[in-house]
Amino acid sequence: MHELSIMQSALDMVLDKARQAGASRVHAIRLRIGTVSGVVPDALQFAFEALTADTPAEGARLIIEDVPARFWCDTCHKEFESPNLLAQCPDCQGLSRELRAGREMELASMEVD
Amino acid sequence: MCKDCGCGLPGENPAGISAHHHDHDHDHGHDHHHDHDHPHSHAHAHGKADHDHSHETAGGAHRTLEVRRAILEKNDRLAERNRGFFRAHGLLVLNILSSPGSGKTTFIRETIRLLGKRLKTGVIVGDLATDNDAQRLRESGAPVVQITTGTVCHLEAEMVAQAVKELNMDGLGLLIIENVGNLVCPASYDLGEDLRVVLLSVTEGEDKPLKYPPLFQSAGVAVVSKMDLASACDYDRIAALANLRRLAPKVRVFETSAKTGEGMDAWRDFLLQQHQTLKARDPLGS
Repeated sequence: MHELSIMQSALDMVLDKARQAGASRVHAIRLRIGTVSGVVPDALQFAFEALTADTPAEGARLIIEDVPARFWCDTCHKEFESPNLLAQCPDCQGLSRELRAGREMELASMEVD
Repeated sequence: MCKDCGCGLPGENPAGISAHHHDHDHDHGHDHHHDHDHPHSHAHAHGKADHDHSHETAGGAHRTLEVRRAILEKNDRLAERNRGFFRAHGLLVLNILSSPGSGKTTFIRETIRLLGKRLKTGVIVGDLATDNDAQRLRESGAPVVQITTGTVCHLEAEMVAQAVKELNMDGLGLLIIENVGNLVCPASYDLGEDLRVVLLSVTEGEDKPLKYPPLFQSAGVAVVSKMDLASACDYDRIAALANLRRLAPKVRVFETSAKTGEGMDAWRDFLLQQHQTLKARDPLGS
């Protein structure tokens, strides 16, 4: 359940930002989560609801955007997507040694007033 | 759906990253009026995505704040600070990860014994509760600090920074951080280590790496432990190594038994050599 810690970190950042911007309510939060980051979006959603109670973000919408895993094929010199970390190039069937995207855990934006 | 606010509009995305539309004539889930003063026009186009702005309105409509920061940025920053501290002290630092019961503590104890005076070792050990592991490790004579995390299933950079303050650093060349036994959560948290070492015992099944890809993928070194039990549990060495390589093609593998000593000399020599490399890179370190 490290989603709870991760969500807490995201929420700390959100509430800081909201304060700095002079906002009183947070209406929506958008995260970008890599598909191979090891984080489960449903668990984030659950943690979000639990953690936002009695904060200016209570009742806010949590929008999670998936960032697909992209790998580099050293043989074909091109990038390809893979649903998991067992990344086999669709052309040469070789195994990629380089993950280029998909481990992101990012607070992208938020809506406040 | 617009990725920015989920409002149902397609949303322009000129740079391919989180640009968003600025027309205000879409359907919101709430009412907002448009008779307020705007500091900007409603119709402007976005040439670039990478700017910080907000939709200031006097009438209480929502503003979008672009943030675009890593959620674990604070941990990453603290990990970098740890790394600087370790480097200044000439310390080689290992973050050891595995499932519970794969033999981390025994492996570490044996590592300390084999290194002896050639590379003095300290340990920070994380567990949810008890300091049993710390007590077992102290028998080796090494300085040990136990972190009890309570309910937290992984170590974070801040916990390590606090623990280091309690550690007797005198003459240390190697710091081993024994993470909480868990193959999921610790993968996300950088502690400031030089090397991430994942332990996998022969009793756990050859396909363990395939079940926990992010952690194995993030490891620089994989140690197969309890090799003395390999034949008793029909360990398929070829399949296990192939699975490891599929996920982490660059990983360095050691096959060991802390009980019989198998493979432990190669592991010891590897650590000595890593420490030499570190000192050569940063000759100011002690």
